[in-house]
Amino acid sequence: MRRKYVRALSTTALAAVMVAAAGCQDAGDGGSTEAEACGGKIAIFGAFTGDNAGLVIPSLNGAKLAVKQHNAAKPDCKVTLQEFDTQGDPAVATPFASQIAGDASFLGVIGGHFSGESDATMPVYQAAGLAMVSPSATRIDLTQKGNTSFFRVVGHDGTQAAAVATYLKAQSAQKVFVVDDGSAYGAGITAELGKALGPLVVATDKIQERQSQFDATVSKIKSSSADYLFYGGYTREAAPLVRQMRAAGVTAKFIGPDGLYDPAFPEGAAGGAEGAIITCPCLPADKAGGTFAADYQKEYNIAPGSYGAEGYDGAKVYLDAFDAGKQTRADILAFVKSYDKQGVSKYIKFDAKGDVDPTKVVIWAYEVKNKQITALQELKVS
Amino acid sequence: MNFDELFGHFGQHTVDGLSKGAIYALIALGYTLVYGVLRLINFAHSEVFVVGTFAVLGAWTAFGLQDNPGAGQAILFLLIGLVAAAVASGGTALALERIAYKPLRKRNAPPLVFLITAIGLSLVLVEILGLLLPRLVGGVFPTLFGRERQIVGMPTLIEQKALITIGDTAITNVQAIVFVSALLMMAALDWFINRTRYGRGVRAVAQNPETAALMGVNQDRVIMLIFVLGGVMAGAAALLWSVRFGFTQSSLGFVLGLKAFTAAVLGGIGNLRGALLGGLFLGLVEVYAATLYTSAWEDVVAFVVLIVVLMFRPTGLLGESLGRARA
Repeated sequence: MRRKYVRALSTTALAAVMVAAAGCQDAGDGGSTEAEACGGKIAIFGAFTGDNAGLVIPSLNGAKLAVKQHNAAKPDCKVTLQEFDTQGDPAVATPFASQIAGDASFLGVIGGHFSGESDATMPVYQAAGLAMVSPSATRIDLTQKGNTSFFRVVGHDGTQAAAVATYLKAQSAQKVFVVDDGSAYGAGITAELGKALGPLVVATDKIQERQSQFDATVSKIKSSSADYLFYGGYTREAAPLVRQMRAAGVTAKFIGPDGLYDPAFPEGAAGGAEGAIITCPCLPADKAGGTFAADYQKEYNIAPGSYGAEGYDGAKVYLDAFDAGKQTRADILAFVKSYDKQGVSKYIKFDAKGDVDPTKVVIWAYEVKNKQITALQELKVS
Repeated sequence: MNFDELFGHFGQHTVDGLSKGAIYALIALGYTLVYGVLRLINFAHSEVFVVGTFAVLGAWTAFGLQDNPGAGQAILFLLIGLVAAAVASGGTALALERIAYKPLRKRNAPPLVFLITAIGLSLVLVEILGLLLPRLVGGVFPTLFGRERQIVGMPTLIEQKALITIGDTAITNVQAIVFVSALLMMAALDWFINRTRYGRGVRAVAQNPETAALMGVNQDRVIMLIFVLGGVMAGAAALLWSVRFGFTQSSLGFVLGLKAFTAAVLGGIGNLRGALLGGLFLGLVEVYAATLYTSAWEDVVAFVVLIVVLMFRPTGLLGESLGRARA
């Protein structure tokens, strides 16, 4: 009996020591900043693993690159970037938000990367007075809920949907079938597109997240004899959908928004995605300003995909705030609000709601060719 | 409510539903076999299936399968895939039994311990496939996995073509292969359980383990046999899945496993023929529901149907026990 006690106690003690050690390590990361009033700690959250991570990883890498360059240029003014992997799930993002908000050493937040997780965590950050700068959350109403601490360096879905509608009309599409996945992002952009296309939409369908078999949807697309299929959602469902559609002999052109800008989309569809069009309010890498594309290529040995430049810009906003000597959440929030500077992706200046100037937003169409996502053309918004 | 679509192409939706249900039925066999003998729900069985899909992917890649090979090659790759999937899935199922369940059984652990072990094993396997496998194998086949937990596509083995067309209902070659192979596998299993000496042992242990032991049936061997049989069926399902849908992912098993388990309960868990009936029934209900409303509603309708069926037949469509399976 006594032996059992001792064993239990020592296990508990060991666990406590390990937790304490882990805690010390974390604290150690940000510990180098006291005394000199510069530098600080920011959090970045998003889907760094999971079904749709391919869309988000370039943004994380872009932000890391910005911080690395900053720290190399100003070694005694170190900025720490801490990652929180939400797998894109709002339910995972919320506890992280409480943790970040409760830790006074965090002075700003980059994220969320998806609309659902941004929507779920906005109130928490708002209450804590923390600024959020999102590189890629595009749902239109995120900035229209009276929230004063949410900003995004990317165009919203209203602009993107308008560009898709203009493109489809220019291609003289006659019958468009629209499908969405019911997510905050997918349903949002699909509804916007529906408004813009009006009677061109011949039929609609909804699928669920994590669905794998699409017989019923494919049959409906066949019956509608549509010439275009628009899918609002992410890679995980789009890849099997487009593959099953092609296998069943549907020839309608496939078009989807930035949620599909992920190398896993053509890989997962194994050839089925050839010729698919992906639109994105993100610049092709070689069009980004300055030496960004070259620096990114050098650092990660791969071209920046979706939102690499936007992630860089998101981090840059905070780095500039630290360089301007801002050291409290309130000062940094005020600094972000009045930010007014050319970024690598576009000119960055937020309006009262937190959106960038719509005339500065550029939407590009990409095409899947030989399982690669390649830039096709810039899209006009109207 | 899209009645026009549902009744306008009713035959087509029926064919789609049956081929969808055939895969559920094959996976459901694993749940039903183990439950019939051990009264244990092996929740890790869905991952046994996913291991099979990764084995097919690995074998096809290793032997250099390209899109749409000729008929001779296609048959060869089907066999290679079947062997790889059956060995991997059967082996995984057997390993689960030897490593996790057998020690628990030796200590007479209560049923809840088995249940939570099964759920834990399922999570462990998902992460092994999602995180560990890309790191270990990614070096050998760099193009195979992409990043961690990513969805991965497979080459097209058989191009879908209409095989039989009745009115505007087309049965494709792939659907026919899936459906017929699933039926053949199940007929073979049914024969094995009902007509062979080993099958008699399985039925004896299912009916009364103590008496079976007294009569000289080796209980441990019977239990290993049912895990392997369930695993092999899951491996066959994995091959058919790969031919029909051509993709896999570490987290694929959760939804499919849930559906297959539902099919097993619907047909009467522990009953082999019930698993077939339940799987086909569930596949049909899902496709009809997704056509009538949208796919977002298919699970809701499927589970409402399950609850209604269980209200009137609490032990499932064909009743429960493996030992007393109706002939």
